[in-house]
Amino acid sequence: MGSLVTGSYRPGMTGTTSTGGLHLPRYLHEPDATRTPVGFPDYKSTGLRAPLRTPVDLPHRLTEITGPVLGEDRVTSQDADLTLRNGGEAVGQRILVYGRVLDSDGRPVPDALVEVWQANAAGRYRHVVDNWPAPLDPHFDGLGRVVTDSLGRYEFMTIKPGAYPWGNHHNAWRPAHIHFSLFGRAFSQRLVTQMYFPDDPLFGQDPIYNAIPAAARHRAISRYSLERTQDNWALAFEWDVVLRGTDQTPFETDDDGDVA
Amino acid sequence: MNPLDVPPDPAVPFQPRSGRRGSGFLTGPFRLGTTPSATVGPYLAIGLTWPDGIWAAEEGTEGGIWIRGRVLDGNGVIVLDAMVETWQADPDGGFPSPEDPRGAASYPGFRGHARAQTLSGEFGIYTLKPGRVPDGEGGLQAPHIDVSVFARGILDRVVTRICFADEVQANAEDAVLRGLPEDRRNTLLAIPADDGYRLDIRLQGDGETVFFAV
Repeated sequence: MGSLVTGSYRPGMTGTTSTGGLHLPRYLHEPDATRTPVGFPDYKSTGLRAPLRTPVDLPHRLTEITGPVLGEDRVTSQDADLTLRNGGEAVGQRILVYGRVLDSDGRPVPDALVEVWQANAAGRYRHVVDNWPAPLDPHFDGLGRVVTDSLGRYEFMTIKPGAYPWGNHHNAWRPAHIHFSLFGRAFSQRLVTQMYFPDDPLFGQDPIYNAIPAAARHRAISRYSLERTQDNWALAFEWDVVLRGTDQTPFETDDDGDVA
Repeated sequence: MNPLDVPPDPAVPFQPRSGRRGSGFLTGPFRLGTTPSATVGPYLAIGLTWPDGIWAAEEGTEGGIWIRGRVLDGNGVIVLDAMVETWQADPDGGFPSPEDPRGAASYPGFRGHARAQTLSGEFGIYTLKPGRVPDGEGGLQAPHIDVSVFARGILDRVVTRICFADEVQANAEDAVLRGLPEDRRNTLLAIPADDGYRLDIRLQGDGETVFFAV
């Protein structure tokens, strides 16, 4: 024990463990009842791809509580506006999408890289695999990147994506959604997810949406925001993303093996 | 001063100011439900392609190695639309991250993070072999790389590790590897190759890779 020099306590490092001279945050696990399973039978592609064995518990040690620093160097100012590409305006309903990135103890996550991608207004992705008969838009590539500010806030301007068919079952259509990829502070916080729009009539037949346990589905749906809707310009939708937070209780001992 | 009017300060733990959330016991732990994950889908190349994605270390860095491998499904078919992300320590066992309680390490030419897609049939990342990292219990972990795999047909990322078959002594001392039966342990051991190492990731079936709950 204690082969290392004790690291100094830093602001924000609530929920630490103190073992062997290292103070490590413990990232909490979302209960199974509210987290998306890796496989879901109605989503057919999971059949041969989702691992079948029970994952092995990996205690959070240094590799799991650290993560890459990916910030402003990875984005340009144009990356926050998906409606202006290749010298023209994208076709579709302009929307402002905004919100905060928080962790589950409620603290904002500043300087977090948020990457988004989506279909165009007709429901077509600019991708070689997507060839269903809906038009591409020369002024929409569907890619955005932003970094959260000091309060964890992000926003980007885009157009509302269309629904599209996808062949999972007869007449399967994906509800309109925007893909989000987020890095927090730590490897343990990494999240890739999808944001939906309120009251979509396609929710009921979509296995990707329904793979989320019912108690957590609302967390994937944005909220229409009259406050941020821009007069004569764009509708607004608000969506907060919550990454895993740390245990607020300092532990003195290795009481359950989940420390390092 | 009305405490309800204090603007949020990112350095201070958030205190709920509305009745919409919270247990009612403001002295108790405050928890928000985390956002549920979803599949990265088949079009991840639109949003997650970086020109420099595969370079965890700058090209030409002394000691640079390639780690390559395939991602295979339950039928042994190569998955062409997966993305593999890696995170690891530098050769001295430090992390380029301010979250490391020992302080952020800055090893020349080293980023520690890479992402690679499998469109060509395999992933390939360029990096430096990680050093040994303290396990916090007085020992050292074997050199390892934490790996996230994302793909259509996987609703939450799956996490595994790349360890190194030629680190026999370090592997024998590693608490994570020691906890696995030998045949399963081998699914994490990258084999030396001409310019680095190779390791296939089997999502399912015979020889399914060990995946971790983090």
